[in-house]
Amino acid sequence: MTWGRPLVWLIILKLFILFAVLRVFFFKPEMSGMTPEQKSELVGERITNTK
Amino acid sequence: MDPIIWSRIQFAVTAAYHWLFVPLTLGLALVMAVMETLYLVKKDEFWKKATKFWMKLFAVNFAVGIATGIILEFEFGTNWSNYSWMVGDMFGAPLAIEGILAFFMEATFFAVMFFGWEKVSPRFHLASTWLTGIGATISAYWILVANGWMQNPVGTTFNPDTVRSEMASVAAFWEVVSNPVAVSKFCHSVTSGWVTGGIFVVGVSAWYLLKNRHVEFARKSLLIGAIVGLVGSGAVMLSGDSSGVHAAEFQPMKLAAAEGLMDGGRGAAFTIVPGIKIPKMLSILATHKADGFVPGINDILNGYIGDDGIRVPSVAEKMEAGRNALDALAVYRSLRDTDPVLADASRQMLEENVQYMGYGHLSAPEDVVPPVGVVFWAFRLMIGLGMLVALVLLLALIAVWKDKLGSWKWLLWAAIVCIPLAYICGQCGWIVAEVGRQPWTIQGLLPVNVAISSLSAGQVMTTFFIFLAVFALFLTIEIRILLRAIGKGPDVEPSEA
Repeated sequence: MTWGRPLVWLIILKLFILFAVLRVFFFKPEMSGMTPEQKSELVGERITNTK
Repeated sequence: MDPIIWSRIQFAVTAAYHWLFVPLTLGLALVMAVMETLYLVKKDEFWKKATKFWMKLFAVNFAVGIATGIILEFEFGTNWSNYSWMVGDMFGAPLAIEGILAFFMEATFFAVMFFGWEKVSPRFHLASTWLTGIGATISAYWILVANGWMQNPVGTTFNPDTVRSEMASVAAFWEVVSNPVAVSKFCHSVTSGWVTGGIFVVGVSAWYLLKNRHVEFARKSLLIGAIVGLVGSGAVMLSGDSSGVHAAEFQPMKLAAAEGLMDGGRGAAFTIVPGIKIPKMLSILATHKADGFVPGINDILNGYIGDDGIRVPSVAEKMEAGRNALDALAVYRSLRDTDPVLADASRQMLEENVQYMGYGHLSAPEDVVPPVGVVFWAFRLMIGLGMLVALVLLLALIAVWKDKLGSWKWLLWAAIVCIPLAYICGQCGWIVAEVGRQPWTIQGLLPVNVAISSLSAGQVMTTFFIFLAVFALFLTIEIRILLRAIGKGPDVEPSEA
C-alpha cells in the first residue's frame, strides 16, 4: 500500500512531539523525584488543609 | 485566572479530541472485519478491494488518533497530582493493562492487517483484522474501568497512612473490573462507535451515489454500514437504559440534572423538552417501575427516603460527616507515631465517615449541583441526534431493499449530514457523563478543587495552547488526507464497481 510510509512518518512525528517535546518540556509531573513517603505527606497535608 | 477552570477545560478538550478518533476506529474496525469475512467466505475479489478502501480510511484515522489519550495521562501527573497520588494504586492497574496488553495487541495486528496483505495467509490476515478491532475494544474496556471507578468507586479502601485508595485483594480487583457502571459505559461507548462507523460508511457511500461514482461499491458498502450502524443503535439504546438505572442508583444528582428535576417523587415524568412530558416515564427509565421514586435536586440536597426505604442523608449531614473524616485523618496522621490509642480512635472515626470524606471539602450544599442547563440540553441533544441517525440508517436499509437509493436523493444528503451529527451526539454523551458528575473527580471522595496540583493558570494555559495548536494541525492533516482518499475512491475496476 502506497499510503503506508506517510502514515508511519505521521505516527513517528506525533510520538516525537508527544514524548520528546510535550512530555519532557511541558508536562512535568508535579511530584516527580519525590519518594512515596514524601508524596503521602504532601497530599495528606493538602487534603486535610483544604476544607 | 483560575487554574482549576483551565485544567478542567484542558482535560475536557483533550478528552473530546481523543473521542473524535476512537468511535470511528471501533466502528470502521467492525465494518472492515465484516467485509473481509465476506471476501473469504464468498471468494469475491470485490470485497477484498472494498476492505482495502475502508482500511485506508481506518489507517488515517488510527495514525492521527493514536496516543492522543496519552496527553490525558500527562495531565494527570502535571495538573491533577493530588488525584493521581490518591488513585495511583487503583488507576494504575487498568491503565497498565490497557497499555501493555490491549494497545500492543491492537498495534501489532494493525501492522499485520495494514502491511501484510501479500505477506501472510488470507485466514491469518482476516484474524489480524478482527483482532485489531477486538484489541481496540478491549483497550476501551480498561479505560472505562478506570473512568467507571471515578463515577462509582467500588473495590477500594482509603488508606490513611499512604493517603491512597487501594485494592486490598484480588477479589477487590475483580470488583473494580466488574463495576456495573464500567460495564454499561463500555457497552454504551463501544456500540456508539459502531453507529459512528456505520453512518460514516453510509454517508461516504451516499456521496459516491450522488456523484454517480463507484455505484456498486457504494451500494454494497452502504448496506454493510447500515446494518453495523443499526445493530449499534439497538445496542446503544439497551446499554443507555442500563446507564440510566446506574445513574439513578449511584449518581442520582447526575440524573436529576439531566432531567432538570428540582423536586422528585414517585411516578416521575420524563421531560422531552420543557413543557412536554411523558407521565411516569422517568420512573420507568430510572427504576424500571412506573411508581419508582426518583429524587430531584432539592430531595438530594435535603435528604430523602429511597425506594428501598433507607434514608439518604442531606448534603449538610454528609458535609458534617466529611469534615469529621478529614479531622480524624489529620489527627491520625499527626499522632500515629506518638499516641497509638488516640490514633486508633481517630482511624475508627475516619472509617465510619470516609464514604463522605469529599463532602468535607465543600463550602455549601449547593456545591454538589452540576451545571444543570449544560447537562439537561446535552442529554436531549444526545438522544435526539442518536434517534435521527438511527432513523437515517433504517431508511438507508429500506432504500437498499426497495432499490430506492437512486431516487431518494434526500436520504443520501441526510446520510452525509448525519456524519458530523453522530460525532456531536457522542460528544454530548460524554458531556452528560462528565459535566453531570461535577464537582467530583471521584464520586463523594474527592472534588476537583482538591484534586488539582499546586500550579498557576499560566502554566496550564501554556500547555493548553501548545496542545491546541499541535493537535489542530494533526486534525487538519487527517481531514485533508481522508477527504483526498474519499475523493480518489476505491481501487475497484469499472466492471466490479
